[in-house]
Amino acid sequence: MLILTCPYCGVEADETELQAGGEAHIKRETVGSSDEDFEDYLFARQNPKGIHFERWRHVYGCGKWFHVARCTNTLEVFGTYSAQTTEPPQDIRDKISGKRPGWSWGIFS
Amino acid sequence: MSNAVSALQAKTYAGFAEIEEAGLRGMITLRGDLSSTKVKNAATGAASVDFPGMGECNCVDEKGVAWMSPDELLVMTPYADAQPAAEKIAKTLAKTHALVANVSDARAVFFIRGPNAREVIAKLAPVDLSPDRFKPGQFRRTRLAQVPAAFWMRDAETFELICFRSVAGYVFDLLCNAAQPGSEVGAF
Ligand SMILES: [Zn+2]
Repeated sequence: MLILTCPYCGVEADETELQAGGEAHIKRETVGSSDEDFEDYLFARQNPKGIHFERWRHVYGCGKWFHVARCTNTLEVFGTYSAQTTEPPQDIRDKISGKRPGWSWGIFS
Repeated sequence: MSNAVSALQAKTYAGFAEIEEAGLRGMITLRGDLSSTKVKNAATGAASVDFPGMGECNCVDEKGVAWMSPDELLVMTPYADAQPAAEKIAKTLAKTHALVANVSDARAVFFIRGPNAREVIAKLAPVDLSPDRFKPGQFRRTRLAQVPAAFWMRDAETFELICFRSVAGYVFDLLCNAAQPGSEVGAF
């Protein structure tokens, strides 16, 4: 069972109080994109065994979307952070680096 | 004017905790910038209580203000006062970015009373209800079995719980079932 702390209301919410929103930090392709890029944007998702960045919504609580950095293998949660960002904040990246040196995920490391 | 009645009209159940549908209650949703003095004053002015901190509810009798999310409050009043109070808040905030809605008829309210009231809630919500983690004054939006609900403690032995009116019957049945004599867990 995942327990994620919602960064908006501070509640330690268990999985059943949340809604999974899939992969985080996806860049929207739009008018002018190539067919390949648009297809990737719509359908291609990472499915790592290890560090992953996701969107979750505190659906039964404050209703806000937020971001989570966690490990899909051990279920360790590195941290949760605001939805108002296009990349993982430095303190989250440092925390992951401390535990998993040399990690990378998409364009982030 | 129609004769307003609450969903279960004060139905009660005496289990190892006492369950009571609380009847009609005035509820106003107020969304806006909660750091704005104007928004704060509009809420506290209508409910005559202090402004709640994050995850808290301040209430006295039927009046109160609950912190619902970083941009949402629930203002409670006696049922008959809700419409005029909502209109007054809307007028006060006419030039402020805010949303005010009288949602009284969309909700149901329950009391769960008794020394084991905590146990009834703990059976139904994914919330740590140990006495050192959930105390009077704290407010929690969560789910109760399969439906959204919110609750807080009036005092050490009284929970007040709100849910959507459309699921009032389901929530009452849940609470009664969880409070069945003989089903005490004794966790706290
Ligand atoms: Zn939340």
